[in-house]
Amino acid sequence: MRKLFDIFIYSWVWISTLAVFSTVICLLWFLLSRGLPTFGKELFFGQASVWEAITGQVRVWDALWPACVGTLSLVFLAALMAVPLGISSGIYLACFAENPFKRILSLSVELLAGTPSIIMGLFGFALILFLRNTFFPDANTSLLLAASCLALLILPYLIFTTQAALESLTDEYRLIGPSLGLSQLQTIFHIFLPASGRGILGGVILSLGRAAEDTAVIMLTGVIANAGLPHGLFGKFEALPFRIFYLAAEYQTPAELNSAYGTALVLLCLTGLLYGGALALHKTLEWQWNQH
Amino acid sequence: MLFQGSAVFSALIVLALFGFLVYFTLPLFSEGQFTELFSWHWRPFHGEFGILPMIVGTVLLAISAMLIAYPVGLGICLFIHGLGPTWLVRPVLFLVYGMTGIPTVIYGFVAVFLLVPLLRTTLAHGTGFSLLAASLTLSILVLPTIVLLINTQLQQIVPRLRLTTEALGISRIHELTRISLPSASYGLLAAAILGFGRAVGDTLIALMVAGNAAQIPGTAFDSIRTLTAHIALVVATDSQSTIYHSLFAAGLILFMTTTTVNLLLHQIRRRSSREGQSA
Repeated sequence: MRKLFDIFIYSWVWISTLAVFSTVICLLWFLLSRGLPTFGKELFFGQASVWEAITGQVRVWDALWPACVGTLSLVFLAALMAVPLGISSGIYLACFAENPFKRILSLSVELLAGTPSIIMGLFGFALILFLRNTFFPDANTSLLLAASCLALLILPYLIFTTQAALESLTDEYRLIGPSLGLSQLQTIFHIFLPASGRGILGGVILSLGRAAEDTAVIMLTGVIANAGLPHGLFGKFEALPFRIFYLAAEYQTPAELNSAYGTALVLLCLTGLLYGGALALHKTLEWQWNQH
Repeated sequence: MLFQGSAVFSALIVLALFGFLVYFTLPLFSEGQFTELFSWHWRPFHGEFGILPMIVGTVLLAISAMLIAYPVGLGICLFIHGLGPTWLVRPVLFLVYGMTGIPTVIYGFVAVFLLVPLLRTTLAHGTGFSLLAASLTLSILVLPTIVLLINTQLQQIVPRLRLTTEALGISRIHELTRISLPSASYGLLAAAILGFGRAVGDTLIALMVAGNAAQIPGTAFDSIRTLTAHIALVVATDSQSTIYHSLFAAGLILFMTTTTVNLLLHQIRRRSSREGQSA
């Protein structure tokens, strides 16, 4: 009886692990084998010449370039809005907030972190409806709106990682400032932030990855399939994850399908790089702590 | 002061989200369309805007994905904590961390071109876009959440116990199933709740793989539509204001569900830290 139980547990444990391992290997192999052969100038720029495409002289059709630019500008704008706000909120929670107030603030940031991304998209969409009915009849979904909604999505990650990085500093660091007669602000800017910089940077990179991969938010706030390069902050735009979604549902020719495989691989590389970078930073941090 | 201002601003965003959803749902109550909302038929061209099928779809999908992901995730945690060979522990953890970095749209994409055709040919039933396909894909998406949460908790329990149990001659299996797992109850519960919340909130996999028919599925091979996918589809295709109200009602239901999930989680965390376990 006992023996049977052991066998059952062991086989359950091994089957689970192997199943997940093989699923992920299958996924990667599938994307690599279909995606790698499509890599080349054609995938990124289609028929246009590289230089003319990059400088925007000719419109690029059926290729990745506009989507790459769209995703990069989205991530950049979202970070521009969320990073300062997230880091300063994190500093407040870690260094200034007192307990009943701190608990309420943390709880509502937690709730924001748990809110599905489509709700952020719906919020942006509602905002446009609201603006149309009130002040700006011409308001429409756009790059700026999508980036703002993405900023809401990544804000909680930034706050948590900043707060955690600051709170994990050892007491030595906390004593340096007062012992030198520094004010609290000076202590934060000259001692705490430099010491926890790597942890905060890791959080920033992780949140960039989150912003780059999210599809549900931008779907409701202005991404379209054939926008070309983004036309300023109030124009429509393309993005890598949406292109994958769109092509998976609507592809017409084998060439488009191949382009979808290529896009998927490009996005995977992009997020892989960002997550890998964040992980590497985390590792060096742990290593640094272990040295003490 | 700058820091305080930004923290308060960040905290107020959740209220703003809630406020907007309520504001846009209110017309439903005043115009008496409320009962229409809770009907079993979504036929916008006949003026029927029932979202019950989507609620059922969301719950079914989330539960079935958790039924697959939770046992597998627990199995992986036991593998990491002593039932698997030591040299495989780091690769498995690396794999799970790596999975968190794979974009959702890529899981959906691979499912469309690998899993769905497989189901279509082996089952010879419908198109393959089904509850089953979506729950299999979604289970892969929520798996890292489950594994990492349970793992964090076991990491605090197992090393403390191991020396004692080895000295007493208790087998690894016995130790894990009878001692470690029962004392990790908060972590196990938190993982189940958080995983469920993730599964309910996911849009892309349901949208890409579940088929999106607004119906009550008879079997696991039938197509379903979730609240999240419903929101995305309606925004993409329609532009009548009557439909929009039901859209925001769907959003409000979704928001309240995930908020409840997170409040539960918060309570569990507080209670566990009070009792000296940290989840």
